[in-house]
Amino acid sequence: MAQTPPNILVVGQIAEPASLDPHVSTASNDFRIAVNIYDGLVRNAPGTLEIEPALATDWTISEDGLEYTFTLRDGVTFHDGSSFNAEAVKFNFDRMLDDAHPFHETGPFPLSFNFASIDSVEVVDELTVRFTLSEPFAPFMSNLASPTGLIVSPSAVEQYGADYGRHPSGTGAFKFEEWQSNSRVLASRNDAYWDGAPALEAVIFRPITDANTRVAEMLSGGIDVLLETPPDNVAQFSGDANYQVVEAVGPHVWYVMLNAKDGPFADVRVRQAVNYAVNKESLVSDVLQGTADVSAGPIPPAFNWAYNEDVQPYPYDPEKARELLAEAGAEGASLTFLVTEGGSGMLDPVPMGTAIQADLAAVGLNVEIQTYEWNTFLSEVNPGLEGKADMAEMAWMTSDPDTLPFLTLRTAAWPEEGGFNSSYYSNPEVDALLDQARLSTDPEERGDLYRQVQALTHEDAPWLFVANWKQNAVVTSAVGDFELQPDFSLVLRDVTKQ
Amino acid sequence: MPTYIAKRLLAAIPVILGLSIIVFLVMKLIPGDPAQALLGSYATPDNVERINRALGLDRSWPEQYFIWIGNLLQGDFGRSYILNRPVLDEVIERFGATLILAGASLVICSVLGILAGIVSAVRQFGWTDRIVTFFVLIGISMPAFFLGLVFILFFAVQWRLLPASGMYAVYGGGDLPDLLRHLILPASTLAIVATGVVARLTRAAMLEVLRQDFIRTARAKGLSENKVIYRHAFRAALVSIIPVLGIQAGFVLGGAVYIETVFQWPGLGQMLVKAVSTRDILLVQGGVLIAATVYVLVNLLADVAQAMLDPRLKA
Repeated sequence: MAQTPPNILVVGQIAEPASLDPHVSTASNDFRIAVNIYDGLVRNAPGTLEIEPALATDWTISEDGLEYTFTLRDGVTFHDGSSFNAEAVKFNFDRMLDDAHPFHETGPFPLSFNFASIDSVEVVDELTVRFTLSEPFAPFMSNLASPTGLIVSPSAVEQYGADYGRHPSGTGAFKFEEWQSNSRVLASRNDAYWDGAPALEAVIFRPITDANTRVAEMLSGGIDVLLETPPDNVAQFSGDANYQVVEAVGPHVWYVMLNAKDGPFADVRVRQAVNYAVNKESLVSDVLQGTADVSAGPIPPAFNWAYNEDVQPYPYDPEKARELLAEAGAEGASLTFLVTEGGSGMLDPVPMGTAIQADLAAVGLNVEIQTYEWNTFLSEVNPGLEGKADMAEMAWMTSDPDTLPFLTLRTAAWPEEGGFNSSYYSNPEVDALLDQARLSTDPEERGDLYRQVQALTHEDAPWLFVANWKQNAVVTSAVGDFELQPDFSLVLRDVTKQ
Repeated sequence: MPTYIAKRLLAAIPVILGLSIIVFLVMKLIPGDPAQALLGSYATPDNVERINRALGLDRSWPEQYFIWIGNLLQGDFGRSYILNRPVLDEVIERFGATLILAGASLVICSVLGILAGIVSAVRQFGWTDRIVTFFVLIGISMPAFFLGLVFILFFAVQWRLLPASGMYAVYGGGDLPDLLRHLILPASTLAIVATGVVARLTRAAMLEVLRQDFIRTARAKGLSENKVIYRHAFRAALVSIIPVLGIQAGFVLGGAVYIETVFQWPGLGQMLVKAVSTRDILLVQGGVLIAATVYVLVNLLADVAQAMLDPRLKA
C-alpha cells in the first residue's frame, strides 16, 4: 500500500473535531488543529510556557494591573482576505462576552469565563487595542495564549454565522481548505504567513477514534503522526528504526481528591497516610508504562517558573501509613471511591483506581469502588462529595499555574460557591496566597507565591497526589523537527517531511 | 397490494411516534447533559446552567418534546449541540455511509449464504455439506469485532494489501475503486455472521422443498438436475429465504455499529455511539428516528417481496 506523499503530513487524531471555531470548542483534539489555522495576540514560545509576541508585537500593562494595551502586527490578513486590526480583536472578545453582540448567538462559548475579568475592549487606533479589566488578573496573558484566545476572522463569522466552525478563517501558518465529515480536515500552507511560510505543503488531520485502529493505521502506513499512543504500544514503536517516539511534559495533574468535610479524611493524618500507602512509582511505571511521572502537588513541573523543586513526592511507606492511621484511629476504615471509565486527561482510570484500592487494602483500608461513565461521573463529583463518597479521581490540564489551585483548593471554590473544590479543602493561608498571586503582575513574585502554595498543600494533603502525564506521539522517520508543546497544542509550522 | 402497503405504512406511524417518546425520555433520564459534556472538567453548576439556557434545555420536558416534534414535522431536525451542525445534514451523510456498508455486506451474505446453503442441501451429509457446516458454525460463533481486528492485523498491517480504516483514501482516491478497497474488510467482517445464518436457513428450506412431491414430478418429467434445483426447488424455497434476508438486513444495519467503530467507517453507528457519550440529544434523537424509519421500511419491503412470491399471503 502506498505511503503518504512527501510534504503532506497526515496526523492520526483521537476524534472528529467538534468545531474549528476556537471560541466554541473545548477539546484539545480540536485545538491541535486550531493552533495551526489561527494565531492569538500572544503565544507560548516553542517548548515552553513563556509568553512571546504573536499578532501583538508588544504591550504595556498599567501600574494597577487593570489596563493592557497591545500594539498589533501590521500587514497581517486573514485567510479570507480581510485585514487583521484592532476592530477584529474587539469583535472577537465582544462576540464571546457581550450577550447583546449581534454574533453572540453563534456560540455558546463554554470557556469564555477565562476572560470574564475583561470589562471592556477598546479600539485605540487601527493597530492598537486596549483591554480594561474589572480587577487585576495575573493569568490574563496565559489565557490570551490559550486556544480560547485565538483570533478568528470577523468577516468569516459574519458570512457563515453559526456554521462558522466548519468554515474557519484565521491568520495562521496553514489555511483551512476542506472538512470531510469523519474522514479528514485538510489545511494547506499559508505562503503569506507573517512568521515565514511553513515547510509542509499541507496537513491532513484524520479522526481515528479507536486506539488499536490508530496504531494499525500507523503500522500500515496510512498516517505519519500518531497522537496519544496507548502505553502498551509505545515500547513497540520505540524499538523500531522506522519510527520516532516524541515525548513532552505538560501542565497535567492526575489526583484523587479526599473528602475533608466528613468521614476519615477530615483528619489530616489519614490524608497523609494514603499518600504514603500508595505506590505511585509502580503506578506510573507498571500501569502507565512510563507515560507519566510521579506528582508532588497541585502545580505540575511544566510550570517551571512556579514549581517548587524542594517539595518531593510522598515516598511509598506503608509502615508509616499504618502508624498514621493508628494515631488517627482510622484503622480498618471503609471508604467509597468514585472512579470514571475514561475522560479527558484521565489516562487509565479504572486500572489506576484498582491499583490504589489494592495499596490501600494493604494498610487495612477497605475501599469500595463505584465506577461511572465520564459525564455521569462529573455530574456526581462536581456538586461535591459530601454524604456521597470519600475519594474521587480527577485530572486537569491548564494553561496557567493559577487555574487548578484557584478553582479546586480555595475555600471560596467549594461547590456551593460555584467552584470545583468538591472535597472541601480549606486553609486560609492558601486562600491568601492564591488571591495575592492573582493580583501580582510580577512573574518572580507570582512564582514565589505558588511555591509556597505547593509546600503548604503538600503538607495538608487535600489530595492523593499521583501523576503528571507526559504526552507522547509517534512519527515516522520521514518526519523532521517534530515537537510536542507543553501546552498540549500541536504546532506544525516548523515540521518537515521527506 | 396497495392497500396492504398503505395499511403497513399507517401501522408504522404509532411505532415511530412511540419510539420518539422513548428516545426522548432515555436521553433525559441518563445523567449528564450536553453542557456537562461540552464543559468537561469546567462544568460548575453555574456554567452548566448558562450553557443549558443557551441551548434551550432549561424548559420543561413536555415543552422540549413538543418543540422538537413540531420542528420535525416541518422537516427541521435541529442542530447538533456538540458538532454545531444541522442534524439532518449529519445524519444523511452518515446514513449514506452505513447503507453502503450494510448493503455491501447484505449482498455478500445473500450470495455466499444462499450458494452455500443450496450446495450443502443438495449434497446433504456429503463432504461439501460438512465443510460448509463447519465454516458456517465458525462464522456464527466468532465475535465480529474480533474477526475485524484479525483482518486488520493480516491484510492491513502485515501484508499491507488493504487499508485498515476509513472510507476513502485521505489524499487522491475518492473514486469507486478506492471505495471498494476500503469496503472489502469491513463489509466481509459484517457479513460473516449473517452469511452463516442465511446458509443454514437456505439449507433447511431447500431440504424441505426437495422432499416435496412437485420435485419428484419434475424429476420424473426428465428435467435436468440443475433445472430441478434452481428453477423449481430454489424458487419455492425463496419464499422462506426472503424474510430471512429481511431480518438479516436489519441485523447488518444493527451490527454496523461495532464494525464502524473497529474500521472507523464514517457511518451512523459510529456517530450514535459518540453522540450518546457526549449527550448530543438532538443528534441521537434524529439519528435513531431516521434509522428506525428505514428499518421499518426495509422490513415492509421484505414482506412485500414475500407476498409477491407467495400468493397465499396476498390478502
